[in-house]
Amino acid sequence: MIDIDVVNLSRLQFALTALYHFLFVPLTLGLSMILLIMEATYVMTGREIWKRMTKFWGALFGINFAMGVATGITMEFQFGTNWAYYSHYVGDIFGAPLALEGLMAFFLESTFVGLFFFGWDRLSKVGHLIVTGLVALGSSFSALWILIANAWMQFPVGATFNYQTMRMELTSFTDVLFNPVAQAKFVHTVAAGYVVGSVFVLAISAWYLLRGRNEAVARRSMAVAASFGLACSLSVVVLGDESGYVAGENQKMKIAAIEAAWHTEPPPAGFTVFGLPDVAQRTTHAEVKVPWLLGLIATRSLDKTLPGIFDLVERARERIINGIEAHKALRVLRAHPNDAAARATFEKYQVDLGYGLLLLRQTGDPAKATAQQIDTAAWSTVPNVPVLFFSFRAMVALGFFFIFLFSTAFYLASRHRFQRNRWFLKLAFFSLPLPWIAAELGWVVAEYGRQPWAIDGLLPTFLGVSTTSATNVTLSLVGFVVFYTTLAVVDIFLMRRVIRRGPEGLGYWPPREDSHAGL
Amino acid sequence: MLDYETLRVIWWLILGVLLIGFAITDGFDMGVAAIFRFISRSEDERHALLSSVEPVWEGNQVWFILAGGATFAAWPLLYATSFSGLYPAIFLLLLTFILRPVGFGFRSHVDDPRWRNLWDWVLFGSGTGAALLFGVAFGNLFLGVPFHFDALQRPVYTGGFFNLLHPFALTVGVVSLAMLVMHGAAYAALKVEQPLSQRAAALGGIAALVFAAAFLVAGFWVVGGLDGYHIVSAVDPLAPSNPLLKTVERVPRAWLDNYRIQPLLWIAPVGAVLMAVTTWLLLLRRRPGLAFLSSCGVQTCTILCGGFALFPFLLPSSTDPGHSLTVWDASSSAKTLLIMLVAVAIFLPLILAYTSWVYRVLKGRITLAHIRRESGLY
Repeated sequence: MIDIDVVNLSRLQFALTALYHFLFVPLTLGLSMILLIMEATYVMTGREIWKRMTKFWGALFGINFAMGVATGITMEFQFGTNWAYYSHYVGDIFGAPLALEGLMAFFLESTFVGLFFFGWDRLSKVGHLIVTGLVALGSSFSALWILIANAWMQFPVGATFNYQTMRMELTSFTDVLFNPVAQAKFVHTVAAGYVVGSVFVLAISAWYLLRGRNEAVARRSMAVAASFGLACSLSVVVLGDESGYVAGENQKMKIAAIEAAWHTEPPPAGFTVFGLPDVAQRTTHAEVKVPWLLGLIATRSLDKTLPGIFDLVERARERIINGIEAHKALRVLRAHPNDAAARATFEKYQVDLGYGLLLLRQTGDPAKATAQQIDTAAWSTVPNVPVLFFSFRAMVALGFFFIFLFSTAFYLASRHRFQRNRWFLKLAFFSLPLPWIAAELGWVVAEYGRQPWAIDGLLPTFLGVSTTSATNVTLSLVGFVVFYTTLAVVDIFLMRRVIRRGPEGLGYWPPREDSHAGL
Repeated sequence: MLDYETLRVIWWLILGVLLIGFAITDGFDMGVAAIFRFISRSEDERHALLSSVEPVWEGNQVWFILAGGATFAAWPLLYATSFSGLYPAIFLLLLTFILRPVGFGFRSHVDDPRWRNLWDWVLFGSGTGAALLFGVAFGNLFLGVPFHFDALQRPVYTGGFFNLLHPFALTVGVVSLAMLVMHGAAYAALKVEQPLSQRAAALGGIAALVFAAAFLVAGFWVVGGLDGYHIVSAVDPLAPSNPLLKTVERVPRAWLDNYRIQPLLWIAPVGAVLMAVTTWLLLLRRRPGLAFLSSCGVQTCTILCGGFALFPFLLPSSTDPGHSLTVWDASSSAKTLLIMLVAVAIFLPLILAYTSWVYRVLKGRITLAHIRRESGLY
């Protein structure tokens, strides 16, 4: 049987380490692009101040980058340490994008990031700009591969189960690569990262302007952040990855949970602006709805239906019953690989095998499951409705706030009116934590909303866990919490220090006479 | 097209190449982190030693990450079984791999001796810790690890952390630590000025001799009768990956089987010892460039020597030898192996090309003038 303690502890550890890692990744994505913009301006105009800006924001980028690299290693190795069965079950497909990320993206980004810091005197202007560009390109590429891997968990395409090896195996790499969910996720997540970088630059520049210091750097930085941020905040909302949610069965369940849509509505469905989802009663109180809106956003049509939770649970129930047959046939095939009847049965029902596996949480033998157990399993396919409902709304509200923030910033920047609008500078400064909150909420909606599946419809999360002991996982979890908290304190301390010292505090400004001397 | 057997052997080789790439590049990071406190006499010297690593550690560390990702993609059962089985050891290894980046990234930011001292010892711990853990893990591959598969084919590990500390594994830990200290010292000797360079070379020379001695001890242990593993049932190298269908025996000296069949393989162990001695001599004669190259040779030969002995085993099981993971029954599907091979064939040469370009840009010794100019960069 599965040790549920190990499952829960491993899930908690994965969530905490992923959310923590995802504090640094979006800033790396956003700042690398902003550095590229600033340095390109330097190369084109030849004005030293843009170089100073690149170096200053680069120093903050460097602190953040080290944390991103360090916490990313945990993510890659955690699949093996805590999710061994998952790794075995889907490694044939899921491992490939992770390895490709290393080969194509992470190597590029990490090899050149050293030159970004240490290559100013060793490279030509254009040479250094290209290095910065490669770092930015590498970061965004990195996100692409990770999101291809993640999208496969949300909507597994191009793979089939092989009973001889007891795992999923690749059938079409192009399907995995061009997974529609991956495209929606990539655009949305990368744009969100750019927003994080833009708000970061905007907020810190606002702080300088409020204190009346470093104005030359701050005003220019603000202009860059305002225009880049405006474009990106519009992209995040317009290209929100809700469109990806209609692709798969669990994605449909996720959107139903996000909307707390218990029953299927006639199309086009309305969007619930507010409500109080009640899981026990399976209903939503005090709903405020905008007609048509959801159907338009999610299906981009007037006539496609969005199924409600009750209908999706019924569908899950049917698939569980088929899955029991698949599981039975698989057991026969494991003992007698040449049993033709069992193979025929298995092939007929194998798409529903994952639903049969859901029962393993309650019984060692799905074939003997009671109607009650099947009902519990069917309802277990509904993720946590209130959490998704409110997380999603908070994220979207923040998305709209960023559009307001950046359009105002853009207007004030183009009129050179920051000084006269201290309210805005204060607003911009206090907005600093908001894009992180939005990004983390996005993670919650996407990944917590994927539950109970590790791989949608194929592998329940509880089954993916390693057979290691709860003591081991408790110790590592405590270790991570203590260790990561310490690192967070150090990280914030260093960031604050660099910011307080400002561009002049970096030690290479003003440029020293020997800065062009050879070694 | 390439058949499944060839693909599996190629992927076994790629795993070796990635490990060698990791040992050669990230190895000197670990080595420098382990020794820089002991050979420096001032903050400037410490700064010089760390500056030799700071621009490149990020890229170097990716060899490790890529080796992990490639194992996930090409040998998922190996990835799943080893990482979950060695849970506490992997957690410690992770800590060292998290601490080194932040140590390199954070140390120079604050000009306060207490702050820098703290990070110095963090770096020391992360360098030595990782080098030892890698060696101990590698040594345990020879001993076998207590695991088996249950009915759902989930790997179940039945040992504890302290089972890993067998004297043979500890010996291999010493081999690994000495090898990386030698490597880091040779790199440092190449990158910094006198008299610091000379101190690094002296320490590196000692490490080279310790390496050779520990390597010979481990070698004689294997020759003298350490149990190895041997497949006794027929093997179909083209069959789908299922590690439960074979019979394996534990036999003394079985790790020498491949060397008996192909005596040319002895080049690897003999080369490791000879090149370690060469490294020592070159460091003594103040030829750090050649010494570094020779040290790269030691790393290559050592990893090959282990790989040749173990082949086709990837992870032998000491409690259920029949469940051991081998090249023939723990790989991904032929399709995944082929696609990933194409990707490696395209991108690995590219990576090597731009990595060497970066090293060329950064070439030259780190001088005090250079340090004073770049200090405060972060």
